[in-house]
Amino acid sequence: MLETALKGSPRYWGWLVLLLIIMGIGGAAWYVQLDQGLQVTGLNRDVSWGFYIAQLTYMVGVAAAAVMLVLPYYFHHYKAFKKMIILAEFQAIGAIIICIGSIVVDLGQPQRMLNVLLYPTPNSVLFWDMVVLNGYLFLNLIIGWVTLQSQRNNMLPPKWVKPLIYLSIVWAVSIHTVTAFLYAGLPGRHLWLTAIMAPRFLASAFCAGPAILLLVAFILEKLTDFRVGEEAKKAVAKIVTYAMCINVFFFLCEIFTGFYSQIPGHMHPMMFLFGFEHGNYVAVLMWIATFLAFLSLALLIPPKLRENHKILPWALAALVVATYIDKGIGLLVGGFTPNVFEGFTFYAPTMPEILITAAVYASGIFAITILYKVALTVQKETS
Amino acid sequence: METRRKFLKYAGVSLLGLAAAPVSRAAASYIPHESHTKSRAEALTGSRWAMVIDTRKLTRESDFKPLIEACHSVHNVPDIEPPLDIKWIWTDKKEHVFPGKHNEFQAEKIEHKPYLLLCNHCHNPPCVRVCPTQATFKRESDGIVVMDMHRCIGCRYCMAACPYGARSFNFMDPSPHIKELNREYPERMRGVVEKCNFCVERLAEGKMPACVEASDGALIFGDLDDPYSEVRKVLRKEYTIRRKPGLGTEPNVYYII
Repeated sequence: MLETALKGSPRYWGWLVLLLIIMGIGGAAWYVQLDQGLQVTGLNRDVSWGFYIAQLTYMVGVAAAAVMLVLPYYFHHYKAFKKMIILAEFQAIGAIIICIGSIVVDLGQPQRMLNVLLYPTPNSVLFWDMVVLNGYLFLNLIIGWVTLQSQRNNMLPPKWVKPLIYLSIVWAVSIHTVTAFLYAGLPGRHLWLTAIMAPRFLASAFCAGPAILLLVAFILEKLTDFRVGEEAKKAVAKIVTYAMCINVFFFLCEIFTGFYSQIPGHMHPMMFLFGFEHGNYVAVLMWIATFLAFLSLALLIPPKLRENHKILPWALAALVVATYIDKGIGLLVGGFTPNVFEGFTFYAPTMPEILITAAVYASGIFAITILYKVALTVQKETS
Repeated sequence: METRRKFLKYAGVSLLGLAAAPVSRAAASYIPHESHTKSRAEALTGSRWAMVIDTRKLTRESDFKPLIEACHSVHNVPDIEPPLDIKWIWTDKKEHVFPGKHNEFQAEKIEHKPYLLLCNHCHNPPCVRVCPTQATFKRESDGIVVMDMHRCIGCRYCMAACPYGARSFNFMDPSPHIKELNREYPERMRGVVEKCNFCVERLAEGKMPACVEASDGALIFGDLDDPYSEVRKVLRKEYTIRRKPGLGTEPNVYYII
């Protein structure tokens, strides 16, 4: 089936070459980082995780788009998602590749990475994150590939995939929960020490993931003769809207707890994030995110606007940027600022960090492109 | 045919032998690190090492300097500009060392002077809990939180988990930044985390930690489990505080204010 990815238009090949070039440039930057150490990044003693781990945090959510479609389709037999489901599963694979890549480039000694397997440590959340991320990667790869192959051969998928599909639904929840626990379980990091960290991860994942999927579907409809169907688009937009409402609600819960209790440790990170203390570029981004979050809700909640295909992509794009700033950059930098000494240390990603991140994204998108090419070819053959 | 079968048999057996060596080595490396070694007769032993810092005796920068130098020169701690610096033992303002204990009406001489910081060697260390490779571990014998520099993958999870900022990461190769190399103690390489080790290498030789030796009595070191130890005597007599006790990490470093 993979051979279908070898036949494509010049535009398809051009896109792949572009991604390879980005991977090459970022790969060179990673070589420099390996040679000179993480001093080439903006990270420091007090802000010890930054842009790389922010990508892990955000892309874990994007991988979740799959479960929002798999669940209605397989549990509730919601047939409208039939064509979109394979896109969701393959998007999850690319997203997980970006997650794992982001962790690898963040390591100081990546060549020792397998120590995590050689000395398995169940009390470390990072060990479990490795388990769930890799598990989710393989689950989606197997499920997506096998169902697509059966479709190509005009057969029903084999019975043994069903339990894997059900498992993947539970597993999707686990990747967010475990990644949220990376942060939520640490004493002395006030912004992260909150019981709704995992629920917040789920809420932001369930809006951002399907939003990106829907945007990709719009692009695919523009570029190819593939159609996901109007009903599917409507349903996904609804899911995105509800999840975003919950996401914003959870964020406001954090604001209330911090500012009504007036406990300094709870207030300081949020004061920093919104520029009331040591304000810097992060505050500007957070205000942009706030504006875009409410804009996206204003455009998504009224059904008239949500169902207008001229407006919907903009609403989704606003939502994606807002959640990216909040969950990626805000959560990471705010978690380390103020630092454990209640002091302030500046962090901003550097050019090597951005180039390496671009390469990690390019490799995930490369995988998605090839998988989508296969999926679309099979769908075309069989329809 | 017969010779070929024989050859395969011998080849198989010798391959098994080849495979057994690394397997047994791997198994040996899985045993907790300290079980590989036997302590010397002169070693100082204790089951819960702790330190009391008498801050009344440490006020000016010149009081701290010899202690910090003693530690950093013994352990090949590089001299790197902040915020990428490596610190095993250092000083900071009171509101940074004891956040939440700030008191603007406190006596000037207490509120506005530097305080000494180092790894707390917590009884319940969060850095050990989060480490995905057991590169950071608490020694069962004496409770000291130490690191295996060869196992650390540099994920810096421990730095996020430590509420005391006791851990430093080698953002670069430290060797050009070491003033005078001590050949008795290893250097580190870029990409690994490090911190104070309560001078495990000196305790093994029967010596007190370097900072304690250089402190002229301002630092008291001993075994908390021994009721007659020097630290227990001081703790019985003086009022002491610990950094962020509300987090439940049970620091083993105490401060007389």
